[in-house]
Amino acid sequence: MTAGRIVGTSVPRMEGRDKVTGKSRYVDDMELPGMLYGATVRSRVARGRIKKIHFGGEIDWHEFVVVSAKDIPGKNCIALIEDDQPCLADGVVNHPEEAVLLIAHANRHALPKAVEAVAIEYQELPAIFSIEESESAAEIICGRDNIFKSYLIEKGQVDSVWERADFIVEGEYRTGAQEQLYIENNGMIAEFDGQRGLTVWGSLQCPFYVHKALVKLSGLDAERVRVVQMETGGAFGGKEEYPSMIAGHAALLAMKSGKPVKMIYDRMEDMTATTKRHPSRTRHRTAVTKEGKILGGEIDFTIDGGAYATLSSVVLSRGTIHAGGAYYWPNVRIRAKAVATNAPPHGAFRGFGAPQSLFALERQMERIAQVVGLAPEEVRRRNLLRAGQDTTTGQVVREKIDLEKLLERALELSEYRAKKARFARTNRGSKRKKGIGLASFLHGAGFTGSGERYLSSVVAAEARGDGKVRVLVSSAEFGQGTNTILCQVAAEALGVRYEDVEIAQPDTQEVPNSGPTVASRTAMIVGQLVTAAAQGVKRTLVRNGSLGEHYTADEFREACRRYVAEHGVFRSLARYEPPGNVVWDDKTYRGSAYAAFAWAVYVAEVTVDLTTYSVTVDDFVAVQEVGKVLHPVLAKGQITGGVAQAIGFALYEKVIWEKGRMQNGQMTNYIMPTSSDLPPIRVYFEELGNEHGAFGAKGIGELPMDGPAPAVVNAIENALGMPFDSIPLLPEDIFRALAEHENEVTAAGSSRGK
Amino acid sequence: MRANPAEYELVAPGTLSAVLTLLAEEPGGWLPIAGGTDVMVQYAAGKLAARRLVSIWNLEELRQIEVSGDEVRIGAGCTYTDLREHAVVSREFSLLASTARWTGGIANQNRGTLGGNIVNASPAADSLPALLAYDADLLLVSARGERRLPYGTFHLDYRKTLLSPDELIRAICLKRRFSGYYAHARKVGARTAQAISKVCLAALGKIASGVMADVRLAVGSVAPVPLRLSATERRVNGKRIDGALLKSAKEWASTEIRPIDDIRSTAEYRAAVTGNLVAEFLERLAETEAAR
Amino acid sequence: MRDSEHQHGKRDISFQVNGRSVTVHAHAMERLLDVLRHELGLTGTKEGCGEGECGSCSVLLDGVLVNSCLVPVMQAQGSEVRTIESLSASGRLHALQQAFLECGGAQCGICTPGMILAACQLLDKNPRPNIDEIREWLSGNLCRCTGYTQILEAVEEAARRGATG
Repeated sequence: MTAGRIVGTSVPRMEGRDKVTGKSRYVDDMELPGMLYGATVRSRVARGRIKKIHFGGEIDWHEFVVVSAKDIPGKNCIALIEDDQPCLADGVVNHPEEAVLLIAHANRHALPKAVEAVAIEYQELPAIFSIEESESAAEIICGRDNIFKSYLIEKGQVDSVWERADFIVEGEYRTGAQEQLYIENNGMIAEFDGQRGLTVWGSLQCPFYVHKALVKLSGLDAERVRVVQMETGGAFGGKEEYPSMIAGHAALLAMKSGKPVKMIYDRMEDMTATTKRHPSRTRHRTAVTKEGKILGGEIDFTIDGGAYATLSSVVLSRGTIHAGGAYYWPNVRIRAKAVATNAPPHGAFRGFGAPQSLFALERQMERIAQVVGLAPEEVRRRNLLRAGQDTTTGQVVREKIDLEKLLERALELSEYRAKKARFARTNRGSKRKKGIGLASFLHGAGFTGSGERYLSSVVAAEARGDGKVRVLVSSAEFGQGTNTILCQVAAEALGVRYEDVEIAQPDTQEVPNSGPTVASRTAMIVGQLVTAAAQGVKRTLVRNGSLGEHYTADEFREACRRYVAEHGVFRSLARYEPPGNVVWDDKTYRGSAYAAFAWAVYVAEVTVDLTTYSVTVDDFVAVQEVGKVLHPVLAKGQITGGVAQAIGFALYEKVIWEKGRMQNGQMTNYIMPTSSDLPPIRVYFEELGNEHGAFGAKGIGELPMDGPAPAVVNAIENALGMPFDSIPLLPEDIFRALAEHENEVTAAGSSRGK
Repeated sequence: MRANPAEYELVAPGTLSAVLTLLAEEPGGWLPIAGGTDVMVQYAAGKLAARRLVSIWNLEELRQIEVSGDEVRIGAGCTYTDLREHAVVSREFSLLASTARWTGGIANQNRGTLGGNIVNASPAADSLPALLAYDADLLLVSARGERRLPYGTFHLDYRKTLLSPDELIRAICLKRRFSGYYAHARKVGARTAQAISKVCLAALGKIASGVMADVRLAVGSVAPVPLRLSATERRVNGKRIDGALLKSAKEWASTEIRPIDDIRSTAEYRAAVTGNLVAEFLERLAETEAAR
Repeated sequence: MRDSEHQHGKRDISFQVNGRSVTVHAHAMERLLDVLRHELGLTGTKEGCGEGECGSCSVLLDGVLVNSCLVPVMQAQGSEVRTIESLSASGRLHALQQAFLECGGAQCGICTPGMILAACQLLDKNPRPNIDEIREWLSGNLCRCTGYTQILEAVEEAARRGATG
């Protein structure tokens, strides 16, 4: 099927007009008659047994609905992968801000004081707060060894490479927690009545995740639980699993009170109590030849999962599989684990483990370049995967990708070589040092391995009475353009106008389960199913004789209208079929991890101001091969937005922890970039098509999160001649490193003088 | 939003004298609120101790900028936007105009007032060092009358000022004698815009007969109060600006301040950057002078 | 002279909203943001942070951009308030809204009302801003989705088309 009329053009965003006029309805814009407001009483200690709960006498508690673990009709857990995370703490807390009680009142202003008036007495238990503390097993907080999950990937004969190596390069790299910082805080409204059951409306990415969790929590039958996604003001993974928790809370209050309940977090609660990106520590040991070719290596990848398992096993999986990046490793051993600490559980955030392991890898490549004495781009060129070679998991690269050419294009567009030479000259004696750095990387689209098979997504296209076709998916729009691209592919597949297609609001009672809106899977996997379902509608009309093989858009509308008038509204379904050539072994963790990869080379140009030690990114070039650009404006927006978040990850966004609690849970103190902090981000696409995705599209949502941080830190190293192996990299860190270096130089000088 | 509006009272008498009468009747009983860019943040966080507030927003008597032959009087109720847009302030008091531009985004500049910032007395406030550099005077007013005092004496300790419970700041007075000075202000925050400063410098100076004459170095965020680096100034005055002086000035400045580690930054960073900013100022002043 | 009551009464506060006179019965310290959203049903103005940092709550108060989460409704007495809803009251989109649609200036949409109003006030003051002026002017409105590139392009485009506030 060829695109061109609609797919590949920048049609108006489906819900765009409502967004620019302020008409879009987010959960806090909705009110129900008789609605109460809910709030959460949370733990103030990192780990402990609850001894006593005292309700302060200054509050008239009769006015409040109060819910505790005892009120949970079903199972006290937020069902996800494991069932280890309680919905409400029952006797024991394992992290600061863990939910203990829920309260509701008709006047939302009465809540904060009431929350403060609940005094919980704990018998505190020893708590752990770092990867190292968790590993030491001095205190076991989970299982037998504090380990949620571990993986081992082995390829070739890594133990044999060391003696053959000309150089052995080692490095340790760390990344910190990062807050998703969607501008719309988490929120839910829940309503329960004996007849219809439980309904929740909210800000969320995965309606059926919430549905599954509520069924288990409420003890209700699946048909009596309904989840509706409202317009969602940003998510980035932060609303993948957490909404099940807040939905559960609102639901419990609604079930106990018999009234609708709204829960909207304020910024501080959202920042301190909900998920963040997993902090990581990666250790590399790589054997290389004097030509700079990787013979093999060992990679040790550890992430901090916080207090409960939640999604850590999957974040770990993706981070592990991406740990070898876009290079050819003839031999490798990757040991990976997710460990428990007493922090609020860490969770999904764009990139999902890959930004962590790719940061380490792209810094390690820089180190290798220095040790071997090659330019960073040259080391990459010599090791980039070529079509026909296989990845660390043994996946053969069948795509016709030429990474060398992609690299060269990025270097040209960024004027990398000329600038590097120029900066080397102009930096001498300057207080503003400039640097340029790059990263080459990849991102797998769709669920890992057999994940898509397990999800078994279903999509429907429905012929309507007015002749339009409605797309029915559980894929949530939260700014990335889901509504728009799915309607584009449907319209293109049907041969009708973009205006002739519409998309249903994700409502678990209305739409089939097309899987969660995560893992950069929507364009590729769901999009492909949408084209199939749309074609199914066409086939029905053609078979029925209402439509010839060739027709105009108007003829389609008319045929559809008449068919529906006669036979009623009908749906065509499409179910995911795993492609035969993507085979994965969960036990050995080998095979084809993803149906497709997007590939990228990013270049960052920075200035380091030695008066203030601050770094500004002056120019950023993002080149990527993505299969097919379904919508140029939306696709560009995904890249610029992801790059901006990743620059924040590298330079600005630090979570300040004290005993497992975030101390800087305000926008004043958790620093994300403003418009004044970012250059125009220059975006370039290549499109080689792809057999699996809609019109050849591959996923792009998370790709831009993987490369900028190491590109920026590589640029800083180029500017200063000093390595930095930990992010976020703040001016204070740069100052400290420069000061220490100066001390060493002075000390060496003075000892030499003796 | 962690406060209950029902527990708060806000009155707006509408004139300066009516406000002052109220403050005199119950000194300390009413918290003045101008643009609210500080007070409302505390309020929303549930951390505002005061329960009764009196609005001084947009009081005509406080929102004038009067220019006379030798002085500019800036009404305490003037917003940062008012300062930025005023021709004489921009031309003759560029430190104030610059720092006004850095005080939050446009929306907060449209509401934040100079008087409010002074009374809020955050050591990190961006424009307060500029007032110190200009040797500003404050006009304080109450039902009892008016008094004028040097701004330099106003801050006693961390968020403690000389303001009496029944007083307001009426105006900030700046002498028009700085046109011949080289002015340089720089703020260092966690990001380029909309950031609380980690260190900020407002500096003035001029060269006479080849040596520094009347240097003024005022800094914020490196002590419990905005600070004039008087000791450093004394040592810099009368000297030729050369490499040795820059090195020494860095040392003097970074040891004259009392920075702390806090949620935003570290004491050692602040000390080093303060020294760097002072050296940068001196260097630029010397370059400008040499270019003459 | 009032004594320190535990609860203070609501009062009538009158002002103009989007060209219409309104009177709300509210506590003086109710935030203008909440009055707009809950009393007046104008939910286009959003809360993102409650601390005047993100700009999602921006409205025009007597023609200037302010963060409505920091304005006690009493201080709006007698003033003119304009919210996002005023821009397309006629049914036609304002040039800025059109440009945002075409250039990808709105992704999730939550920062968009405040961002558009901020751009509105900019073009009102300066109909031909350069890119640096736009960037600085919008630095008090945070966007997490776009990285700002397409927002700046949208404002430039609107200015090119002769849009004013």
